[in-house]
Amino acid sequence: MKRYKIEEKVFNVLMKVATGIILLSLIWILATIVYKGLPYMSWDMVSRTPQGGFYMGKEGGVLNAIVGSLYLAGGSTILALFISLPVVLYLNVYRRKKSAFSTFIRSSLDILWGIPSIVYGAFGFTLMLLFGLKTSLLAGIITLTLLIIPIMIRAMDEVMLTIPKGLFEASYSLGATRFETATKVAIRKTLPGIVTAILISFGRAVGDAASVLFTAGFTDNIPTSLSQPAASLPLAIFFQLGTPVPEVQGRAYASALILTLLILAISLSSRYFTKRYLKNKI
Amino acid sequence: MTAKLKMSQSDAACAEGSICINNLNVYYGDRHALKNININLPTRSITAIIGPSGCGKTTLLKCFNRLIDSVDDITVTGQVLVDGDDIFAPEAEVTDIRKRMGLLSQRPYPLPMSIYENVAFGPKLHGVKEKSKLNEIVEHYLKEASLWDEVKDRLNTPASRLSIGQQQRLCLARGLAVEPDIILGDEPTSALDPISSHHIEQKFLELKKEYTIVVVTHILRQARRIADYLIFMYMGEIVEHGPAKEILENPKEKRTQEYVKGIIS
Repeated sequence: MKRYKIEEKVFNVLMKVATGIILLSLIWILATIVYKGLPYMSWDMVSRTPQGGFYMGKEGGVLNAIVGSLYLAGGSTILALFISLPVVLYLNVYRRKKSAFSTFIRSSLDILWGIPSIVYGAFGFTLMLLFGLKTSLLAGIITLTLLIIPIMIRAMDEVMLTIPKGLFEASYSLGATRFETATKVAIRKTLPGIVTAILISFGRAVGDAASVLFTAGFTDNIPTSLSQPAASLPLAIFFQLGTPVPEVQGRAYASALILTLLILAISLSSRYFTKRYLKNKI
Repeated sequence: MTAKLKMSQSDAACAEGSICINNLNVYYGDRHALKNININLPTRSITAIIGPSGCGKTTLLKCFNRLIDSVDDITVTGQVLVDGDDIFAPEAEVTDIRKRMGLLSQRPYPLPMSIYENVAFGPKLHGVKEKSKLNEIVEHYLKEASLWDEVKDRLNTPASRLSIGQQQRLCLARGLAVEPDIILGDEPTSALDPISSHHIEQKFLELKKEYTIVVVTHILRQARRIADYLIFMYMGEIVEHGPAKEILENPKEKRTQEYVKGIIS
């Protein structure tokens, strides 16, 4: 056999194996959650907060954590978007030229991306002490925002970098300012990528336990203001798995199933809406 | 005193819609990309800038609408007068300058929106709001770019679905819709098939009655077909310029002769 044919074969097998490993682990995780969690799924799980003795196997649900997680992840995603989008536009439209400054910003963000979330949790906690905040929804949202900003900016940045220079020049040559070019051309061109960046960030925020442990705390109630503590699904899973009661451990898997479905629903629906919005636009 | 005199002379020569360049020098970092360019471009005719690749044709063109601003590490000295205004003067409004020029680039870059929105983009930026007026503008300039009949039933489909030749004509319509005096073309047919190229060339010949057109091209035959006035550049300098016929048939400089004969390219 010729050398290039062997190469082709080897790489073909390698790619398939790699893809297979990814798919298999995903299916394995999902199967475990469904298999162990589904028997404990009930309407109570999603519609009630924990009642007395919930963690000992008595009645109740994790509505507190579902709502808490949505508040935390939703709030931090929106807040992060307001900070990330201007940074991304600054890097890509206003400061299109290569400079040491933008390289510095990008590498700083890459380092921030790699910092473990427990460090963000500790950092958030020191911020809380500084400003005299208690464990609260607000403190949780701020900490999560810090955690996901690097992810959101770099994910958006990568798609903006793919815009050809000629498109910017086309917009400028029509007399558009940089602001008009940013809002009317750059964002529009990269909208699907921006939505993906938002989703990745939301997924990270909704799934993170360590950064909200000290900052948002945990409670059996649904928070009614920003200054109250808020529960979250990852922590709910953690606490339930930590009990010796099999019933409660099963509910932990059911909570994981809820979390997975939540992310799936948000991801699918936002993709659907962007697609529909863009259908006749790009 | 002499400088002042020179200024007023060039001002007088710079009629509406014309481009006058005085002592223009451009450096990319240390590289001297354009060397002492001095030329007045004739109005309402097609000027073609020819020369081998890397000779500074596109750089010169990009000075006219200050797209050169966005290049890394650039230094520009000298004057470019458009309608008598120095566009590199500190008080010059870059968006106003660009509004006066339509640009056709090497490849068409349709904006990420519908065909209609592409043409309406410029007028909307510059304050046209009424729907009926916009409809008129869009129809008028699509006709002007001979694209109307092909797209009138699908104005709301994305511009990216058009063929590349149609996209280039859309870019022309889009550029004309901001009502410029000058049309700049940076090898505008290099990505197009022969029929689409022909379309664009014909369009230029029609448009030169109303617009000053400057085209960068590396196709000598194209220059021969459309240009009234020729500028031959080599290594960042203008070697020779004059009426197209003269340059093509009777080049004075040795380098021009060689280029026209195809010895250097």
